Amino acid sequence: MGTKAITAENLVKYYGKARGIDGLNLEVETGDFFGFIGPNGAGKSTTIRTLLGLISPTAGKAQVLGLDIGKNNRAILQRAGYLPSDTAFYSGMKVREILKLSADLRKKDCSRAADELCERLQLDRERKVEDLSFGNRKKVGIVCALQHDPELLILDEPTGGLDPLMQHEFFSILQERNQKGVTVFLSSHILSEIQRHCSRAAVIREGKIIACGSVDQLAESSARRVTLRGNIRREDLPKCRDWKELGDAVSFLYNGDINDLIRTLAKTDIQDMTIAEPDLEEIVLHFYEKGGEQA
Amino acid sequence: MTLIRHELKRGWKALLIWTLAIGSFIVICLLMYPEMKGQMDSISSIFSSMGAFSSAFGLDTLDFGSLKGFYGIECGNILGIGGALFAALLGIGALANEEKNGTAEFLLTHPQSRAEIVTAKLASVLIQIVLLNLVVWLLAIASTAAIGEAIPWKEFSLLHLAYFLLQIELGCVCFGISAFLWKGGMGIGLGLAIALYFMNIIANLTDSADFLNSITPFGYCDGSTIMNKGILDSSRLLIGLAFTLTGIGLAFWKYTRKDIR
Repeated sequence: MGTKAITAENLVKYYGKARGIDGLNLEVETGDFFGFIGPNGAGKSTTIRTLLGLISPTAGKAQVLGLDIGKNNRAILQRAGYLPSDTAFYSGMKVREILKLSADLRKKDCSRAADELCERLQLDRERKVEDLSFGNRKKVGIVCALQHDPELLILDEPTGGLDPLMQHEFFSILQERNQKGVTVFLSSHILSEIQRHCSRAAVIREGKIIACGSVDQLAESSARRVTLRGNIRREDLPKCRDWKELGDAVSFLYNGDINDLIRTLAKTDIQDMTIAEPDLEEIVLHFYEKGGEQA
Repeated sequence: MTLIRHELKRGWKALLIWTLAIGSFIVICLLMYPEMKGQMDSISSIFSSMGAFSSAFGLDTLDFGSLKGFYGIECGNILGIGGALFAALLGIGALANEEKNGTAEFLLTHPQSRAEIVTAKLASVLIQIVLLNLVVWLLAIASTAAIGEAIPWKEFSLLHLAYFLLQIELGCVCFGISAFLWKGGMGIGLGLAIALYFMNIIANLTDSADFLNSITPFGYCDGSTIMNKGILDSSRLLIGLAFTLTGIGLAFWKYTRKDIR
């Protein structure tokens, strides 16, 4: 598998003067289950919409499935499945008709896959799309993105509106597809979701990728979540973040030499203490938030 | 083909309503003609001597008392305005409504080039205009036969052809504008249709504004030229053709490079 599923080189998109993405570099290997993390407005959707040819980049290059975006848009769309963050369909049409339209536009009979997906997601195909809740509309979008057996799935904030049971079912479908070799690229601002399901991830902030690697690697940092009861002042510990006082206890993220921490604490009176590994969410929030400063 | 079928399916109700509305008015007018014919001799002289008002609507050059004159004026008002509004709405919504309703993202992430989408959308606009005009023309011919008048095939057909071309032109110009919009442009479409209609009226009122008739497609739909001489003004038609092609060209140019919202 020589070709990468997605590559972007210095991809730039400005909407007039407003930044969408600004010099984005990204590599997603074929077969990856890839998470794309970032706060709202960081450029996640802009990146995805550029890759799919909905908008054209201001500068830079990108390839999807080894094909240049822009030039080979049609071929890319033939082989990829996309789930937008906000799914809208033609009013007046039934779910069944939308799924059929999507399959027809791909010139493919997808009825078997559609049957299976609708059953698993408990989607009623006889209802009109405008009568559906946000979550159920999302399910229609999911079936449209998956029913033609794409090699690459691009999912923009896919779980919004889905209840926890459905999220679980949805991710098991994605895992099954991924095991069959399908590349999954999903954007989210919910880090636990990415930590749980993705093998690799990239963090985007203000239109740039500020960290990229395996999820374990990203989560692996020397930072520790320290919670203790005792007499300690913030000034004593310069390398801590996210200082929280909870009654007589304090909790903070510590990112310095662990020996310094122990020496400082030895001088004080401590009644109780736990030191734990922080989760990805805490790491991204506190170590990637300020201009790419890394943990 | 899938997309054309989809478009026609979505548009058929509106098409039916517009066709029935325009068709039934024309049928009613024609059915009233025999009754009015007797009274026309006196009315027609009044109509044709109302000065500027008469020339605005072509009453001075068309004999309201004859079937051709009567139809040239009636048809001009019903099929002219009705058809223009229909074509303008159809054209202005074709591309812009996808973005307005948020369905552009669905449509454009299926494997079709932008040019294919524009082609399919344009084809469905044209098909709907053809269908409306065909039905209305048949209704007009049938009603004329029903009232026992000799059918002026050539004049009727030329007049209908002129209005058909007007709708194609207006539809295509609005289609071109549609490619630039992302919020829907019903107001622009209706405004343009009405403005062009009034441009024709102004041009008929005063000779110094006659050039406006070269711009507005209502200029080549002039009932008196068609009904009295049995010809279409070819130079105005050519200008109309230029507008039509510009609209289509703009639609392709813009939509193939447009950032979709």
